[in-house]
Amino acid sequence: MKKLSIPLLLALIAVGTVLAAHFELLDLYIQTVIMFVGVNIILSSSFNIINGYMGEFACGHAGFMAVGAYVTSVLNLMLFTKSKAFGPPLLSPDLALYFFPVTLILGGIAAAITGLIVAVPSFKTRDDYLAIITLAANFIIVSLFINMDIVGGARGLMGMKQIIFAMEDIVFIPWMLIWVFTFTYLTVFIIRRFVTSTYGKGIIAIHQDEIAAEIMSVNTDKMKLVAFMLSSGLAGVAGGLFAHILGYINPNSFGILKSTECLVMVYMGGMGSLSGSIIAAILFTLLIEGLRFIIPAADTLIHYLPLIPDTFHLSQVLKWVIIPLILVILMQFRPEGIMGNRELSDFFPKLKRFYVFK
Amino acid sequence: MFDSIFQNLFNALQWGSFYSLIALGYTLVYGVLRLINFAHGDIFMVGAYIAFFLSIFFFKGDLALSGSTTLVLVIPLTMILTSICGVTLERIAYRPLRRKGANRLYVVITALMCGLILENGNLAFLGASRKSFPELIDKVVYQFGPISMTNLKIGVVLSSIIVFFILNAFITKTKIGMAMRAISYDKFAIPLMGIPIDTIIVVTFVLGSSLAGLAGILFAMSYPVLDPFMGALIGWKAFIAAVVGGIGDIKGAFVGGFLLGIVEIMAVAVFPSTFRDLIAFSILLMILVVKPTGLFGIAKSTKI
Repeated sequence: MKKLSIPLLLALIAVGTVLAAHFELLDLYIQTVIMFVGVNIILSSSFNIINGYMGEFACGHAGFMAVGAYVTSVLNLMLFTKSKAFGPPLLSPDLALYFFPVTLILGGIAAAITGLIVAVPSFKTRDDYLAIITLAANFIIVSLFINMDIVGGARGLMGMKQIIFAMEDIVFIPWMLIWVFTFTYLTVFIIRRFVTSTYGKGIIAIHQDEIAAEIMSVNTDKMKLVAFMLSSGLAGVAGGLFAHILGYINPNSFGILKSTECLVMVYMGGMGSLSGSIIAAILFTLLIEGLRFIIPAADTLIHYLPLIPDTFHLSQVLKWVIIPLILVILMQFRPEGIMGNRELSDFFPKLKRFYVFK
Repeated sequence: MFDSIFQNLFNALQWGSFYSLIALGYTLVYGVLRLINFAHGDIFMVGAYIAFFLSIFFFKGDLALSGSTTLVLVIPLTMILTSICGVTLERIAYRPLRRKGANRLYVVITALMCGLILENGNLAFLGASRKSFPELIDKVVYQFGPISMTNLKIGVVLSSIIVFFILNAFITKTKIGMAMRAISYDKFAIPLMGIPIDTIIVVTFVLGSSLAGLAGILFAMSYPVLDPFMGALIGWKAFIAAVVGGIGDIKGAFVGGFLLGIVEIMAVAVFPSTFRDLIAFSILLMILVVKPTGLFGIAKSTKI
């Protein structure tokens, strides 16, 4: 029972959500929020490999997400839909259902290969210079997509909804929810297995002391290569899911602001804590979506109590003042983030009685 | 062909001056505190907005001063007010963290978030409408053979060069400058020598932010449309310029800024303008891969 409790709980959540969505108990907006929670969990936990476990300061995660998003979308558009840019479908749209995870993983692989442009310089460079390389990589990737006319350039790429429709034509259930759940679980599972394995402990050793790690026969260059490629590959998968949830992507939505969001989630959750980055991703997404409703409510409230002139309204932009402010305050009073570098079971040791999570 | 190269080179010098002025601020703070002050680009934006409101007040308001008088008043006032903004950030956000001895990364994240707060706070409270900066001095075009220069562009380039030499003299000749260099050399021995470390840090922030304020005025005069996100991209690029020059070294920041300006303008002269960022960043990435500590940076040997 102890062994099965976590998989059962996760399966229950997934099946429950999918069933509720199928019988229209959840409206589309809530479904989208749930899917974004999943994407953000993938993003933050994969970013945690580098910024948390390995202790580097990378700030260009959104670039790899962009690679994954574009590769997956273009593959799917080419294979299964008729579009102006890519011509008639190469395969029958009936196969979309089976090939969708394949294209997602291919997008992840493409992103992992792109991660090499960050991984190879990281052998020699550390700290701020590595930060700048990741930053430059993000800018380069985004402007590369802006300059590619075949994928729509700065106008963006659309048509991914057709693939969802093609999947729903076969069996009418909310497929995107299922894929998001599957890949989120898979990501968390992979990362957990990776960082707790003897091999993956090398990453934590690099964080503690790179030279000492090397003396202790950790192949630091190889570890860095693996960490960067795994992290950017998973970001690519998140990008592919993101593209198909929205049905539209634009290079500018993978800019430095998106990378900042990833940074916020990692540091809010705590460096080197997997459960921390999951909790932070959930909180962050709910916060962003919640402020959408809180700000107009606060606006009516302070106009009701005549505190500010009628002409002035609180705008949605305030969201991006409140979230950084929360993080600044968090940094002042609990700089290690919500969880520090500990996991949930370290905080509540009694939980260990109920589950094992490997 | 040669004419357009020289003309472009001159334009590049003007762009490079903005980058250099901002990069100097990054590098000063980094040299003393080992902190990447990511809010610096937004302090530049704040400087441009302060200059805008001041010049509206003096030039268009009840006082209706002449353009040149306004400029003479606006430059020092903006520099002072911007440095107050920078020092406030230091006091309320960075210093408490430093006192607690928090990890360097947390301070960097705080700086990043302060930048976001400045940008979006500005957007939320001043509105999305772009502000157009009043024309303070009349434009005079000088024609040197095939190259045309405006008095404003010459002013921008000259003032950035003058500022660099003043700053260099300040760092190398004065006692405070010596203390700044000493802190970057050994942070732990300095308080033992009786040097007030917090005062030096405040001076550093005053210098860096007032340079950003100056860059803000000059930028607003050259490209008179202000928007809240004007500082973001320029700030990031100036940071990259500072790193390419070798962060922590003011000569490096100065040269790096001009280098970035030249690379960008030359890229636009040859390729379509959308390729600007791509080419500029690819070249910088290559420089960093070949020479990981930047052009003037000294590699710090890691000890066991």
